[in-house]
Amino acid sequence: MEKQIVSLDDVLRQYEGRRRDVLLPALWDVQTAFGHISPEAARQISTTLRVPVADIYGVIGFYSLFSEQPQGETVIHVCTSPSCGLAGADDLIRATCDELGIAPGQTTPDGRYTVRETTCLGLCDHAPAALVSQRGNGEHSVAPVHSPGELASHSHKPRTAAVDGVKEVFLQGTQPHRPQTLAEYGDYAALRHALEHMTPERVIETVEESGLVGRGGAAFPTGRKWRFTRGAPGQPRYVVCNADESEPGTFKDRVLMETRPHLLLEGMALSAYAIGAEQCYLFVRGEYPEATAILQRAIDDATAAGFLGERVMGHAFTCRIKIRRGAGAYICGEETALFEAIEGKRGFPRIKPPYPTTHGLFNKPTVVNNVETLCVVPGVIRHGADWFRQWGSQHSTGTKLVSVSGHVNRPGVYEIPFGMSLRALLDEQCKGVRGTLRAVLHGGAAGTFLTPNEIDVPITFEDLRSIGATLGSGAIMVFNDTVDMRDVLRRLGAFFEHESCGKCYPCQLGTQRQMEILNRADAPLPGDRLRLQDIGQTMTVASLCGLGQTAAMAVLSAMDKWPELFDSD
Amino acid sequence: MGDENATVTLMIDGHEVTVPEGTTILDAAKSIGIDIPVICYHEATTANGLCRVCVVDVDEGRLLQPACVATCQNGTQVSTRSARVERSRRTILEMLHSAVDLGQAPEIQSLLDEYQADRERFPGAERRTAPVRDDNPFYVRDYSQCVLCWRCVQVCAEDAQYTFALTFSERGFHTQISTAFDVPLPGSSCVFCGQCVGVCPTGALKPKIEWGLEQGWSWDQIREGTRRERKAPRRANGD
Repeated sequence: MEKQIVSLDDVLRQYEGRRRDVLLPALWDVQTAFGHISPEAARQISTTLRVPVADIYGVIGFYSLFSEQPQGETVIHVCTSPSCGLAGADDLIRATCDELGIAPGQTTPDGRYTVRETTCLGLCDHAPAALVSQRGNGEHSVAPVHSPGELASHSHKPRTAAVDGVKEVFLQGTQPHRPQTLAEYGDYAALRHALEHMTPERVIETVEESGLVGRGGAAFPTGRKWRFTRGAPGQPRYVVCNADESEPGTFKDRVLMETRPHLLLEGMALSAYAIGAEQCYLFVRGEYPEATAILQRAIDDATAAGFLGERVMGHAFTCRIKIRRGAGAYICGEETALFEAIEGKRGFPRIKPPYPTTHGLFNKPTVVNNVETLCVVPGVIRHGADWFRQWGSQHSTGTKLVSVSGHVNRPGVYEIPFGMSLRALLDEQCKGVRGTLRAVLHGGAAGTFLTPNEIDVPITFEDLRSIGATLGSGAIMVFNDTVDMRDVLRRLGAFFEHESCGKCYPCQLGTQRQMEILNRADAPLPGDRLRLQDIGQTMTVASLCGLGQTAAMAVLSAMDKWPELFDSD
Repeated sequence: MGDENATVTLMIDGHEVTVPEGTTILDAAKSIGIDIPVICYHEATTANGLCRVCVVDVDEGRLLQPACVATCQNGTQVSTRSARVERSRRTILEMLHSAVDLGQAPEIQSLLDEYQADRERFPGAERRTAPVRDDNPFYVRDYSQCVLCWRCVQVCAEDAQYTFALTFSERGFHTQISTAFDVPLPGSSCVFCGQCVGVCPTGALKPKIEWGLEQGWSWDQIREGTRRERKAPRRANGD
């Protein structure tokens, strides 16, 4: 294949006259074209966007998928998070590196390949997973990876894992592993209904009546968030969709975006109508290239059909949706860090208050919602709040998407009515546990462990809370009795160490020390148990944002349930 | 907007105090003689609440609050020395000591003593080290002593100088203060205003003369080291 020669000028021409809010897109274009971002490129971006070159360097260093150093033409990122670990990720890395004659992190002498370890790629249902970056072409995912040879192939590997359940709110009409086209999805009937028959106020009321709470982990009432934003002084207002799904074990948002892109776009448009916004941002994690392409295509189709863009369906309502691609930073799932990323900065979380409802993106009133949350809205507007409340309990309304991975016979994404027991989910939907159940990590890396005698718990916010557990992002990782639980804890510790932004001391220092102690868990030093407790409690109560506040949850719960793990053998 | 003269009344460590609305807990406590410890906070820079040494208990809420940025709320009970507060401060100090050379940070040393921090709490811990950067006639950077308080970056940017010579490299524990692409300061946009040196709470940034004296330099060496002639024309900088 003949190499295409592109110049920096070619790549950056489209950014002339633009400002800092396109810094991440500009860096992505340079990264993709040249495989790294050189000082010369950074200086040229600095001049083009009028951003200090030091700030650009700081941004490059913050995001894992940007590199200031030249890398191989093909960069292979292999996931090392727990579910991929169970599926042989370590062997895969070893085999790949052996074949190439390098160590992880190194580049082959001919400059063709670099191999890196990475944190969760959101493909736990297809473990082990890898993300491949090809200079000039960009990223694609490969999962499951059975041999190093598959990593060099350019072909897209189809998704195969289960996408199943009650299929009422989220998954109706889905063909697994294929995006619904606009024709299949329909003509944005909920949006049309709202524009023709509902005031923005009535849309907000309906969302409030539905009892919908945020599905990203914090469970804040969605309608109330919209009401606060609509009432906040300051223009313009923004809608931001948080599609930075990066919590280890979580992939339900990816599946939603890959199968039902228009459901999400319609939900965003309804949110924009409700709060009086014209501009929406869809922030997708950089590790989701397939979802990103599907969403861009869907935006183009919906805009061409008049469902998005200027004067939607002939009404005095404008709704523009821009995709912003993350670049490898779990912290950007924290809403204020996500704003910083869109603004072209390092993804440092901000001090709250003030909250996004009054001071969000570009310091303006902003609604920021998770993908799953926004995907509830079209159904609620079309069928009413009572329709949504027919599932679930009083405090956990509707259906829920869960991501199940690890030792189950049928990993995948399931739509379940709130109130289904974890046991029923595992036995009936996932066709049982492979082997003898040892533990379930419920709620992601920032979640808590459940023992086999706790799995009759109904999956609702209130029932989980009553046993000290959390729903979190809906991630459910299953471990059988062949699993070395210390290895699981080591992977979780490494994850938080890698993803701490470094802003506040408890998390910056605590995630590092926690990881070091977990790494020696087979031969702990006297006092390690108390060290972990002091670090964990300090991070939990004193950290600046949700990442640090939950970075010790799993470790503290493991310590509670299996104290023997923290003694020497 | 609220009344400019509005006040709030709260209890801090059992003492009632009334302050103007918007007053931070740190300032309210100071007004009645209660000193809350700080590391990153500096009166002249934007408070970021990042060292978390100033955390206090407010109404025994789920999270502790950073006193340097949290404002006083009417009717609340603030404890500046609860067991959770003490444990958090001690642990933060112990972790900091295990990572950074605090030998020239007397204020942090006295906090370590006050909170009975165990200076050997984390055996085998990775330390954050960096070679001393001696690349200009004015000041020396020793990031092994850097506590990442951010003050130097802030005064170099919007808090004072608008020079934007300093930023961060990497992230998390391995974050360090750096110029763009770690170029020596004379090749950066630094104008050698010295404000960063003035706000550094440790020995990480130090005037060249002071550093030379510590190295045992003679006066001749110091004169040479701090008045070096420019060897090459100064590089044009892009920003």
